[in-house]
Amino acid sequence: MAHELPYIAAIEEAIREEMERDPTVLYFGQNIATHENDPFLKQFGADRVRVTPISETAEIGMAVGAAFAGYRPVVELYMAEFMLVAMDQVVNEAPRFHYMSGGQVKVPIVLKAGYGFTAGWAGQHTGSIYGMFMGVPGLKVAVPSTADDAKGLMTAAIRDDNPVVYFHHYLLTLEHGDVTDGEHVVPLGQAAVRREGGDVTIVAIGWLVGKALAAAEELAAAGIEAEVIDPRTLAPLDTETILRSVEKTGRLVVVDQSTRHGSAAAVIAAEVASEGFGSLKAPVKLVTALDATIPYSEPMEGYLLPDETKIAAAVREAVAEAVSA
Amino acid sequence: MPEPLDTQRLTWMLTQMLRIREFEERVKRTFEEHPGVIRGHTHLADGAEASIVGALAALRPDDHVLTTYRCHGYPLALGTDPNAMMAEIYGRSDGLCGGYGGSMHLTDTARGFLGTSGIVGQGIPHAVGAAYAAQISGRGQVVLSFFGDGASKQGAFHESLNIASLWKLPVVFVMENNNYNVVTRTEQEDANAAAGEPLAVKATAYSMPGTTVDGGDPVAVYETVGAAVDRARSGEGPTLVESLVYRLSAHGNIIAPPGIPLHFPEHEAITVFGNAEEYEAAKRGDPVPRFRGRLVSDGTISAEEADAIAEQVQAEMQGAVDFGLKSPFPAPEAAVNFVYA
Repeated sequence: MAHELPYIAAIEEAIREEMERDPTVLYFGQNIATHENDPFLKQFGADRVRVTPISETAEIGMAVGAAFAGYRPVVELYMAEFMLVAMDQVVNEAPRFHYMSGGQVKVPIVLKAGYGFTAGWAGQHTGSIYGMFMGVPGLKVAVPSTADDAKGLMTAAIRDDNPVVYFHHYLLTLEHGDVTDGEHVVPLGQAAVRREGGDVTIVAIGWLVGKALAAAEELAAAGIEAEVIDPRTLAPLDTETILRSVEKTGRLVVVDQSTRHGSAAAVIAAEVASEGFGSLKAPVKLVTALDATIPYSEPMEGYLLPDETKIAAAVREAVAEAVSA
Repeated sequence: MPEPLDTQRLTWMLTQMLRIREFEERVKRTFEEHPGVIRGHTHLADGAEASIVGALAALRPDDHVLTTYRCHGYPLALGTDPNAMMAEIYGRSDGLCGGYGGSMHLTDTARGFLGTSGIVGQGIPHAVGAAYAAQISGRGQVVLSFFGDGASKQGAFHESLNIASLWKLPVVFVMENNNYNVVTRTEQEDANAAAGEPLAVKATAYSMPGTTVDGGDPVAVYETVGAAVDRARSGEGPTLVESLVYRLSAHGNIIAPPGIPLHFPEHEAITVFGNAEEYEAAKRGDPVPRFRGRLVSDGTISAEEADAIAEQVQAEMQGAVDFGLKSPFPAPEAAVNFVYA
């Protein structure tokens, strides 16, 4: 059974339920719980729910320290780019200590970061920057594309004993979806096959999963059956599910809102080229943002970004090249 | 006020200072006696023994300590096995962290030694987070955050002091001011120092007490840090203690590509600034013989007792070297353990 929720409410439901279940879960960050009527503050009190100063290094560093001492903090960072202010804590502190201490300490923290706000937010608040975190050993990276996964991945992230960067897409904030009733955990590292098909594999990330599914419907009308895979987490990356699909279809299109170089798409393409080359009947296609800063003006913004038309065109090319090969 | 120090405690303090000095001497000698055994970059605590031991003497066993990469001294005083520490510095499987961390990342959670960041200033917010945990867990724990003067130029320091004071967290910030950020003198990089003020004035900006203490006097450090610990434990919030120390070795061993044997150069006062007198003056004020002389002259212990302690310590640290050298290396494939918890 399921209940319908907007994506953002599904995230909050996960945090609330985990805070109810486990008294060591904390929730702090910028611009939360500033008023006594805040629902989290009312339910859990000021020990566990706190507004912090606008100090990302301190917020994330404190989460690391509180985790050393046995807590499981969820840090509200608002926008993913704000993590860049505190890159050392995210990349070179949180994921290092379990390893460097020979397993003595654990750092179960969740960094909740909104991303991809390509709705006129211009150059500094629109990035899809998960690619730069997926190669950091010890860090896990979640990119939920549905309300159901938004809840299930947040629950898993809070329960996980490692630092997890939880990227929620701003353009999905109010998208409604069915959310599984009761305890709902989506394991980190398990891709979802969103649509089955035998002609081509589309791996799409976050907001673009929906666009890829729409493109797949359009292609189906033209007789091309696409299999659409949503990795759901980029670290760990479920390469097995992707390779299995490519083995079946022989063709791969990777769709990613990031700029191309250093994107998750580039890593996925490299994994398939390295581990699944024998299955490929056509070159791997990447549908990514163009390598430019996101512009403010709407037509220019749209020009840079992947959309259904670009996805469908790439799929047609992949299929055509396969035919000619 | 912290409890007065009786003979037993004072003797304990001297013993720990001697242990730290001897351990660091053995680390330093390893570069000469067993070239290649220590890799990378190693930073010694010689000169800071009084500050370390005086501060840690103010803690309860369930308190927490977070420090920098110059981290050999604290765990020794907290009771960590020096054999395991030396084996770690030698990269061996019996090492405190299994050879995963090395000299810069000693960790001993069983003794409240929670984590050592190798990046200047970045361990300070970890200490503040542990202090937040201490505050809400309500067991009266206090956290000591050790860092150097250089760290006070990092944003992490300022963000951390602000939030610690705002939330009245039970943390004491112990800034070991050795007057050098590697080869940069404090007055070259610090506005307070350039203006002739102590670095402790930084506390004023965050509405917390700031005190400067002679870090060569373990009793003075104990009293100052002890008062700050009492304040933190009673819920009144953090304190910044600037502890004036002089590092008696260079910042670290030389940084050199393979082929050039690693070793400790002379102190930067000599190698960079040509000021041998500054270094010699610091050596004359060496806190370890200074404290020994004080305890002997005021009759706390006899010279024979002090000599006996020194002999025991030498044997203990020789044992640590022997243990470290004999310990096997980890299996190479263990390198992929502990990536995820």
